[in-house]
Amino acid sequence: MRRVVVTGLGMVTPLASGVEETWSRILDSQSGAGPITKFDASNVTTKYACEVPYGDGTDGTFNPDEWMAPKDRRKIDEFILFGLAAAEMAVKDADWLPEDTESLERTGVMIGSGIGGLNSIAETALLIKEKGPRRVSPFFIPGALINLISGQVSIKFGFKGPNHAVVTACSTGAHAIGDAARLIKYGDADVMVAGGAEAAISEIGIAGFNACKALSTKRADDPKAASRPYDQDRDGFVMGEGAGVVVLEEYEHAKARGAKIYAEVLGYGLSGDAYHVTAPSEDGEGGERSMRAALKNAGLEPSAIDYINAHGTSTMADTIELGAVERMMGDAASKATMSSTKSATGHLLGAAGAIEAIFSILAIRDQIAPPTINLDNPVVEPKLDLAPNKPVKREINVALSNSFGFGGTNASVLFGKVND
Amino acid sequence: MSDIADRVKKIVVEHLGVEEDKVVESASFIDDLGADSLDTVELVMAFEEEFGIEIPDDAAETIQSFGDAVKFITEAS
Repeated sequence: MRRVVVTGLGMVTPLASGVEETWSRILDSQSGAGPITKFDASNVTTKYACEVPYGDGTDGTFNPDEWMAPKDRRKIDEFILFGLAAAEMAVKDADWLPEDTESLERTGVMIGSGIGGLNSIAETALLIKEKGPRRVSPFFIPGALINLISGQVSIKFGFKGPNHAVVTACSTGAHAIGDAARLIKYGDADVMVAGGAEAAISEIGIAGFNACKALSTKRADDPKAASRPYDQDRDGFVMGEGAGVVVLEEYEHAKARGAKIYAEVLGYGLSGDAYHVTAPSEDGEGGERSMRAALKNAGLEPSAIDYINAHGTSTMADTIELGAVERMMGDAASKATMSSTKSATGHLLGAAGAIEAIFSILAIRDQIAPPTINLDNPVVEPKLDLAPNKPVKREINVALSNSFGFGGTNASVLFGKVND
Repeated sequence: MSDIADRVKKIVVEHLGVEEDKVVESASFIDDLGADSLDTVELVMAFEEEFGIEIPDDAAETIQSFGDAVKFITEAS
């Protein structure tokens, strides 16, 4: 069986633009939350979010000019900009910028989004109402379609292999990485650029999630304390934005070119809840089956897991996932560490699974579990170490990243140190 | 240069991200200024907006260059 390894990482997050810039802030227990500045939030219930820090590119700020010319940015929704930036970081980190036909045809792209060009759709609808349908831009559709990150990345770098995009709400990033790894295993490609992106911090996005009663609403006075998974005082998730992209590569291909190898994709599991459009099944059996499927795929026992990057959104569902993990881990639970980095980044929806996969990979690289910040009073006495407020230095050979999405769609990806 | 030509040039420079001195009368949007077919649709929409005119699809197809655009708009407005 072909093995798949991770050879490149890229991310744009509310903490910073860039992988190391984000990771150092994660380990420093910083929060990316603040008052909403992207639109006038006076009419929506939740007035805070985790926005990407725009700037001149220094000190971890995101300078859009570095990634796309202004004349081209007008033609796309922001989620595509974030995805394209993270993809460029990842392929440059992997040093995978081939020019020969065979390499280009063996390299594919699978970058998804949960919602895609939501804000572009809203603004175009308003434009039609105000000025009529003849004023709709010819770039509206290609600028809002979810698979257009994959399309743009392929055009920019000439990657002519499988071109695909996942749409599974908050599981998107994890499914994209897992599915892309399978394409490599199956022989459809040797290299896949995979991940997710989201930019839904807009009036329609916040209003929509407020209506679902999914967002935190009570922390306008202290947004940085709002995302607090497993804490008694949590009151919903804090919306984030950005993108995470990895370069996945067939192991022998990576070794042959002397690529830097971060970790191996050991296993991947998927499941459906068949229960409710927004709520997870009450006992978390769907998430548990997803995790068990990933372990079975990897040929590992639950006790092999050292670190779990939880879905942990800072909602009522946190305890459901915690219960499912503890049930699955059994006696091994007390030896594992689980944390929710959404406490720091907010919930990046379709990008969440991708950035959290990267945090899991970095946890293996640096032998440190990132913290769950704002965890002051755990809602239950956990059997697992939830890494409250401070990172935990520990041995991490195998890490599991969980993502669960609206519609009852679950994905779990297992990463591990590469052993010959 | 006429006021109309100045305003058309400004739109072309903004939308296509080209240097102003490249936008000469004979400059073809696609062959000389790097536009694709969607860019030309957007340019025509921008001309309509700027000059408060309507450019029917069959007329839009004849507007291939900066000179074509200035001529059409001068006659239409």
